[in-house]
Amino acid sequence: MNATTEKMSWLQSLRERYARPNTLKNIGVLGMNRRNISYISRYNPRSLFPLVDDKLQTKELALEAGVKVPALIGVIREQHAVKNLAAILEHCSGGFCIKPAHGSGGKGILVITRQSEEGYRKSNGQFATINDLERHVSNILAGLFSLGGRTDAAIIEALIHFDDCFSGFSYEGVPDTRVIVFRGFPVMAMMRLSTAASNGKANLHQGAVGVGLDIGDGHALLAVQFDKPILLHPDTGLNMMTLKMPHWEEVLNLAVSCYEMSGLGYLGTDIVLDRFEGPMLLELNARPGLTIQIANGKGLLPRLQQIEKLSHKKRMSVADRVAYAREHFSEHR
Amino acid sequence: MASRAPFYMLVSLLFLAGIALTLHRHIAFDIPWFPGEQRQTWSIEAKVDFEASGDPVTATLAIPNTQPGFTQLNQQTASPGYGLSFIERKGGNYAEWSIREANGNQSLYYKVDMLVDPFAIPPKQEPLANVKPNVEKEPYASAAQMILDRAIERSSSNYTLARELIHEINNQEQTAELLAQIKSKTIWISQLLQEAGVPARRIHALNLEDGRRRQQLIEYIQVFDGENYEIFNPETGEQGHPENLLLWQYHSGPVLEVVGATNAQVTYSMISQEQPFNIALNQKFADNEWLNFSLYTLPLEEQAIFKGILLIPVGVLIVVLMRILVGIKTSGTFMPVLIAMAFIQTSLWTGLIGFLLIVGVGLMIRSYLSYLNLLLVARISAVIIMVIGMIAIFSIVAYKFGLTEGMKITFFPMIILAWTIERMSILWEEEGAKEVMIQGGGSLLVAILAYLAMNLDWVRHLTFNFMGIQLILMALTLVAGSYTGYRLLELKRFKPLTKLNKS
Repeated sequence: MNATTEKMSWLQSLRERYARPNTLKNIGVLGMNRRNISYISRYNPRSLFPLVDDKLQTKELALEAGVKVPALIGVIREQHAVKNLAAILEHCSGGFCIKPAHGSGGKGILVITRQSEEGYRKSNGQFATINDLERHVSNILAGLFSLGGRTDAAIIEALIHFDDCFSGFSYEGVPDTRVIVFRGFPVMAMMRLSTAASNGKANLHQGAVGVGLDIGDGHALLAVQFDKPILLHPDTGLNMMTLKMPHWEEVLNLAVSCYEMSGLGYLGTDIVLDRFEGPMLLELNARPGLTIQIANGKGLLPRLQQIEKLSHKKRMSVADRVAYAREHFSEHR
Repeated sequence: MASRAPFYMLVSLLFLAGIALTLHRHIAFDIPWFPGEQRQTWSIEAKVDFEASGDPVTATLAIPNTQPGFTQLNQQTASPGYGLSFIERKGGNYAEWSIREANGNQSLYYKVDMLVDPFAIPPKQEPLANVKPNVEKEPYASAAQMILDRAIERSSSNYTLARELIHEINNQEQTAELLAQIKSKTIWISQLLQEAGVPARRIHALNLEDGRRRQQLIEYIQVFDGENYEIFNPETGEQGHPENLLLWQYHSGPVLEVVGATNAQVTYSMISQEQPFNIALNQKFADNEWLNFSLYTLPLEEQAIFKGILLIPVGVLIVVLMRILVGIKTSGTFMPVLIAMAFIQTSLWTGLIGFLLIVGVGLMIRSYLSYLNLLLVARISAVIIMVIGMIAIFSIVAYKFGLTEGMKITFFPMIILAWTIERMSILWEEEGAKEVMIQGGGSLLVAILAYLAMNLDWVRHLTFNFMGIQLILMALTLVAGSYTGYRLLELKRFKPLTKLNKS
């Protein structure tokens, strides 16, 4: 008797922790295997991957296509060029950030908000010396942050002056917006806000807050931290539902034009809002993650399949596609 | 969407081919599905006795070879003081003992193991050439001729003639008695058959019964029809090879020939044994180089290597399933398989402790290396040297403490260990200790599962004996590669979504 009740409760807890595959299917959740086989390998030609894996190439491509990106201050490709770092930095008066060209998941990004006599002020308020920066650059060059440890290049680009409209929603780091663009249609969007728990990083599995954004007008649909829905920001206590992304039309247009520019059918675009320049492309991702579904409380599949069924997508302009998405993928129809 | 039909065709083709090959191996070569199955073998001992009188003695004993129903495994002799050689003469095999001087009763032993094997592949037997018939004196010649004529009348072929001839001799008792005065029945039968132009000869066989001693050979008649032959029982005229009948001497010539001694005789004793099939197979295939596509033809050392190599697909499949169906994260895609291979050499617990010890200490030393700010290649090289040093130290320490198990630590692939340490260390710096535990634990879990699968006797048996299994594994891997369903861990990950959509 005891054994059976124990077994029952074990089954029950299993049911509580695991979803039934059918339930997920009904919601239209896209799984990793399906993403890899049915979307990434089908719509993203392997030959185009280097364009997005190398941030330098992405940047050049974006400049050619007229897509706004943070200004490039300098590039360091060789170990012996590291000593030129100070000279390069003299040209920029404000803040800058140093990042690896082949980095992934925000690894190896060093943000300097201000240069002064005391040194280089990092985003957490500490000061770094030119030696610290040089060591960081040579780590990047040695491939410490790149996929597979390949030798890499360090990119120095101008700091984004992030918009005040997010103050109180993000702790230290810059909030960025991820828009999934499928065959030129924006299908789902999410904003990633760093928290104290995530150490100022925008990585969701490290404790950053993911906020699903409505494709229609860019307002918050749902906020999750550690995959659990939350209402208030864990650090500032602001109501996350009051968040609304300004310049939404522009953000979508920017995201969608990345499809034309890169040729990738299933694309993750990371966009930041600059106080002066407006939405800017930060980076592209050919293998965007699936957490965006949790942040939206929605599965990706129904939207992806709806677009796969469209036959006249070739003839639609950027504006048409954005309009289509805003009409069909919004919560308030 | 591109048609998946060719893909499924390929997969089912591989699958069917794999099953067909496997079944073929099972049916055609009698390889059992499970390891440790036994095969019956007969150990037969021939004892040659004679009385020597101080002269040089040469004793030649006909010995059996692989034949339909039996495969010869190994043979040995016991004959102190005698020179011995195995010789082949006129297609028959003989053991020849020789000694310069022998006195009194002498006993020589010859022992052979025969595997009961319905799939035995005997060496090709030369068809018997017809010999010139003897001319007998009267009245035996006409009596024999009469019997032969009656038999020829009633028969249509070589075999039926042999059968009728035996019947005729058995029926006409008076004539048979007359003939038996000068020669034995079997000699007459073979002689008359030869006279009728049918190649035939007497052969000597042994009736196998477990535990019998002091047995004698029984005479049978072997009748040829072109390339084929049949065996006839001279008493009953029964055609065919009875069960448990081992042909001992089936080439023209005597069974035992002793020169220089008297009262020679040979007696047989036999026992039946059960042997594990792989020992039997090893011995069987040892000198059949042309036989099929079998790993048993390789030298033992290479066989051992292949035993390991053929297991890798099993481990790889486990990794594929764990990653695609379950969604476990591992550090380095196939690192778990290599670790599992090392576990097989070291045994699980020794391997596990050794692995944790090396990686743990390695991580500590590596964290110091990261302060030195080295370039990547140099750093990994340093880690490799460090791993080798640790393995050496652990081995020596284990040996000093009398833990010979500890020596097995050398079986770990050092480059892989170095990379594991390097990856774990970077992971630690970037994502924290938790991620290291998740990925390290995942890798170890998969490695242990792969080890458990690869260490199953049954799996080893199947992969080594049935090449078709490899095709089946290939098909399974391909199917897994096109699985678009959810991973087990995704069911947990996306659980919050179901709650949101319910309310």
